Amino acid sequence: MLELQGLTRRFGARTAVSAVTLAIPAGQMVGVIGRSGAGKSTLLRMINRLTEPSEGRIVADGRDVTAMRGRALRGWRAECAMIFQQFNLVQRLDVLTNVLLGRLYHRPTISSLFKRFTAEERAQALATLDRFDLAEQALQRADTLSGGQQQRVAIARALMQKPRIMLADEPIASLDPRNATVVMEALARVNREDGLTVIVNLHHLDTARRYCDRIIAMDAGRVVFDGPPAELTAERVRDVYGVAEDEFHEGAETPALVA
Amino acid sequence: MSAAWATAQPAIIRGEEAFQSARRSRRRATLIALAVVSVCLFVSAWVSEAYPSRLAAGLPRIGEYFAKILPDLRWASLFAGTGTEGSLAFWFYRLDDWALLLAQTANMAAIATLLGAIMGVPMAFLAASNTAPSRLVFHASRRFLEALRTVPDIVYALIFVWAFGVGPLAGVLAIAIHSAGALGKQCAEAVENIDNGPREGMVAAGANWFESCRFGALPLALNPILSYALLRFEVNLRSASVIGFVGAGGIGEELYKVISFNYYEEISAIILLVILAVVCIDVLSERLRRRVAGMA
Repeated sequence: MLELQGLTRRFGARTAVSAVTLAIPAGQMVGVIGRSGAGKSTLLRMINRLTEPSEGRIVADGRDVTAMRGRALRGWRAECAMIFQQFNLVQRLDVLTNVLLGRLYHRPTISSLFKRFTAEERAQALATLDRFDLAEQALQRADTLSGGQQQRVAIARALMQKPRIMLADEPIASLDPRNATVVMEALARVNREDGLTVIVNLHHLDTARRYCDRIIAMDAGRVVFDGPPAELTAERVRDVYGVAEDEFHEGAETPALVA
Repeated sequence: MSAAWATAQPAIIRGEEAFQSARRSRRRATLIALAVVSVCLFVSAWVSEAYPSRLAAGLPRIGEYFAKILPDLRWASLFAGTGTEGSLAFWFYRLDDWALLLAQTANMAAIATLLGAIMGVPMAFLAASNTAPSRLVFHASRRFLEALRTVPDIVYALIFVWAFGVGPLAGVLAIAIHSAGALGKQCAEAVENIDNGPREGMVAAGANWFESCRFGALPLALNPILSYALLRFEVNLRSASVIGFVGAGGIGEELYKVISFNYYEEISAIILLVILAVVCIDVLSERLRRRVAGMA
């Protein structure tokens, strides 16, 4: 159970996220929707503590995440893996090494700095890559892969952290529709097969409706809708955002996924 | 069509006005900057006594000096032995000693560059604004690097000659410290120019500072870091050939001797050898750079 209690983040005079209170049970697949600047990214980054909250608390299974420091904080970060819009792989390194980097928190620093990974860790990384049909590309440099492949490598790296939560910040915003589908399927598999809680930021309502158990809609830093996809009808969208659903999509960077 | 043009016109007028005023202020800024630079140029020329008249008077003398140090070579005896005047062998009659001293100098430069890089490159991550663990560490390491490189290496050499005695060790340490300061700054700037995404990915995965720098920053900045280190090697070869002036080993001691005793032909011979060595390093480092750039 992940609880956000009055989570707020201000950048100067601007409030990016305003008093968000949520409870997310383990194993849920949650879609966070909203237009650019609604505060989705800031919210996700605060959960991983890449961005410090200005106010409020994050509590995971009774532990106060907002108070963590040093090794405890790094442990929390390993526990809630993060997927980025720009993949954030190390382009110059091969795919296998990129995936192995997901182990950093769990192994001694000195041997990591010299890339002394064990055969067991390599086997684990290769098995994870194989799950996403990328075992053949293991020794290629990350920058030789397509965007969709890179994002799946990022998911494999995240799984190596042995996380319990996976946060995905606009994971398909830089991908074409076909690759976007492949990546969303991968996230759904992680949720189904590994039992991870997945919280994913999305531009498109259709994508969220198709894959998520629960949708949280944000506008100007606030949660304006929280419920199952079936409840987020066209009328509710109009109520919440004051515009029709297709207008909501205007300005969104990615095309909708067609079911 | 004409209606659209009519409604667009105020926008064009406003845009053109904004463009004109932006251009005016840009031109004014350029003129002010030019004026400031020329005033600074005149003041510094005046203070450092770099008058055109003195320059004009001195220039021919440089030519004279070069004419003096040029060897007196004769076609007839160009390839004769060391005993014959006008031969190449006569010009480079101490080539064996000089080659040995030059090899010592090159080794001094190499080991000093290596030591400097070992000290300077890790410090670059402390002194880069994006990877520095805190503002305090950032400022402290910046100031420290400045201190290392602002003191001329010849001054360090004097101190180390006093401490460790006459010989190459003093020179190596002096150049290494200066290199650490220079490389630290340049590499810090290379690190500041990287894309921060991969490092953020490492941090988000629970990596500590060492790990996030090692995997999220170093691979991205490796090319410029290598370039700077190789350039530093070249610069250090030059430093190492001068640092011998204060007794810190290498070809410098010999160069100092032949200059002060006015052994003109030997000056040109030694300078030629140093230039040759720099060319060698340049060619080799170019190849190394290409290989690393294409490598994973």
